[in-house]
Amino acid sequence: MGADSGLDVAKAVEPDRVHRSVYSDPGIFELEMERIFNKVWTYVGHESQVPAVGDYWTVQVGRQPMIMVRHSDRSVRVLYNRCPHRGAMLYGDRSGNVGKGIICSYHSWQFDTDGSCKAIPLDKGYQGTRLTPGDENCNIKTAARVESYRGFVFASLAADGPSLGEWLGPARIAFDDMCDRAPEGEVEVVPTCFRVIQQSNWKIFLENQLDALHPAVTHESTGRAAGEVEQAIQKKGGNAPLSYHFLSAFATPISKWDAFQTIGYRHGHCILTGYMGLRPRDPDTLAYEKVMAKAYGKKRMEEILGVNIHHVLLYPGLSVQSPLQQLRAVRPLGVDKTLTEIWHFRLKGAPEAIYRRALGYYNLVNSPSTMVNADDLWNFWKIHKGLESQGGDWVSFHRNAGQDLETNDVTTSVIGTSEQPMRNQFKAWTQYINGAT
Amino acid sequence: MAKKTKPALKSVARKSVNGHDTLREVEQLLYRQAECLDGKRWQDFIELFTADGTYWMPASPGQTTGDGVPSIFWEDRNLMTVRLKRLTHPRAWSQKTAWGTNHVIGNVILSKEDANGDLVVRSRFHMMEFRNDTTRHFAGSYVHHLKRTKAGHRIKLQRVDMVNAEGPYEYVLQAWV
Repeated sequence: MGADSGLDVAKAVEPDRVHRSVYSDPGIFELEMERIFNKVWTYVGHESQVPAVGDYWTVQVGRQPMIMVRHSDRSVRVLYNRCPHRGAMLYGDRSGNVGKGIICSYHSWQFDTDGSCKAIPLDKGYQGTRLTPGDENCNIKTAARVESYRGFVFASLAADGPSLGEWLGPARIAFDDMCDRAPEGEVEVVPTCFRVIQQSNWKIFLENQLDALHPAVTHESTGRAAGEVEQAIQKKGGNAPLSYHFLSAFATPISKWDAFQTIGYRHGHCILTGYMGLRPRDPDTLAYEKVMAKAYGKKRMEEILGVNIHHVLLYPGLSVQSPLQQLRAVRPLGVDKTLTEIWHFRLKGAPEAIYRRALGYYNLVNSPSTMVNADDLWNFWKIHKGLESQGGDWVSFHRNAGQDLETNDVTTSVIGTSEQPMRNQFKAWTQYINGAT
Repeated sequence: MAKKTKPALKSVARKSVNGHDTLREVEQLLYRQAECLDGKRWQDFIELFTADGTYWMPASPGQTTGDGVPSIFWEDRNLMTVRLKRLTHPRAWSQKTAWGTNHVIGNVILSKEDANGDLVVRSRFHMMEFRNDTTRHFAGSYVHHLKRTKAGHRIKLQRVDMVNAEGPYEYVLQAWV
């Protein structure tokens, strides 16, 4: 398997530039599915999505339809959404409860929530055949590995590879930062999932997430619009909700974005440090800090609220915005089509007003009416079209190339607008494609 | 006296004191609102709302309020003004491609009329959008909570339930539906 275009995949990625086929070639996409998405840890959901035994959500891992389900021993299992008999998908809806068991709608084979076959109707029909009811061929196939970290459940379709903890490495701060901000140390999912489809290759979204050079350009219109209304409200003596600031911050002048920093870790994970200043001194924040100080003590609270992150990217499939309790899971649908599933979470034990901040961001930035992603998705489509074209072969990631500071597998950008996150992502891409990870 | 075999159809539509048909009046309001959207007359659209009016598109059909729960839109006039300013900004990049919509409103039912003239109106819409050489169709229901003012009825709350509220969106919604 390789590039349809005949390109030598080993030569497609250089340290500071990438061949356009990597984004547009269907053969390379297939290779990515096999060597990246079928191997890595994929986020399948949060444990609080399936609180009761038998609760399930259907989810895509790599390109496989899977089921995340709560088993009777309270563990969360991830099964292939496929009946071992004739191959029908077991659940065609998004979520529910299996009731007395998983039952195939085709011939009523019945399974427990760990995938084991409980009953096959009229099983005498198998006497003297090569299929023995009760053997493992009658069970639903399970994900090779399932692990969770602070309530966030991941599955891998490969039996071998680093454990979830090893794979996350320091990028586990995505979940530590989110959960530590809860006085009870954990979060709970809000069971609404916004789904938005992008007409572009999955990597274009990931690159954009940590691209500090684009907001002032792409989102200037929304940033300015929100800034003007924010000021008008304040002029009238009112208090504009923090959600206006979420939008107006996008108009931060391009020169200021260099003050931020990106930090790259192994496996392509990366962090963009924060810029929104999410610790105002208003009564809601002060009330929250009181609860936090009671839960953790003042010193620990300061450490927790001092964590300064905008996005954490867990390559290749998850973008986490921990201080606002949002995440976007990436599901590649094809070489030029990508689904993002967008969730947000409640900080357990935090005042309602703090949840409303997360909600404001979820509605304004991450819902299908988003005034922010409207221009991102437009860019993504144009980028993809440009990379399908023969107007040039290479994508440039030269910005501050050769200047990244590297110690112990951690790469730090010299300035916020460095293209270090993209170089770090392609370092991992190359390792996966070469089978080195 | 002839025995009634069927109950009379329940309707709150009635002639108002000055002889105008209330239902006809609210239909005109709904059509005018659709015209504002299709004509991209965003400021006129906003002015159909009361000063404290809200445009709400729920994230799921079972929601009873947009307050404190996820919504696709939950906008007061200030947030509507942000949207207007963005749509008309010279560097709202995704506005560069030609686009247009066509709304058709029907099945208008006056479901509540208060003594002070406030109304609740249900209706159905179908909207076709052409954008970036692609056609999209959206359909669903409106519930307009209308306040009687000196200038005629104004929208206190408009609820917009998309049939595909919980489905995946190919691209996003840049303007109100």
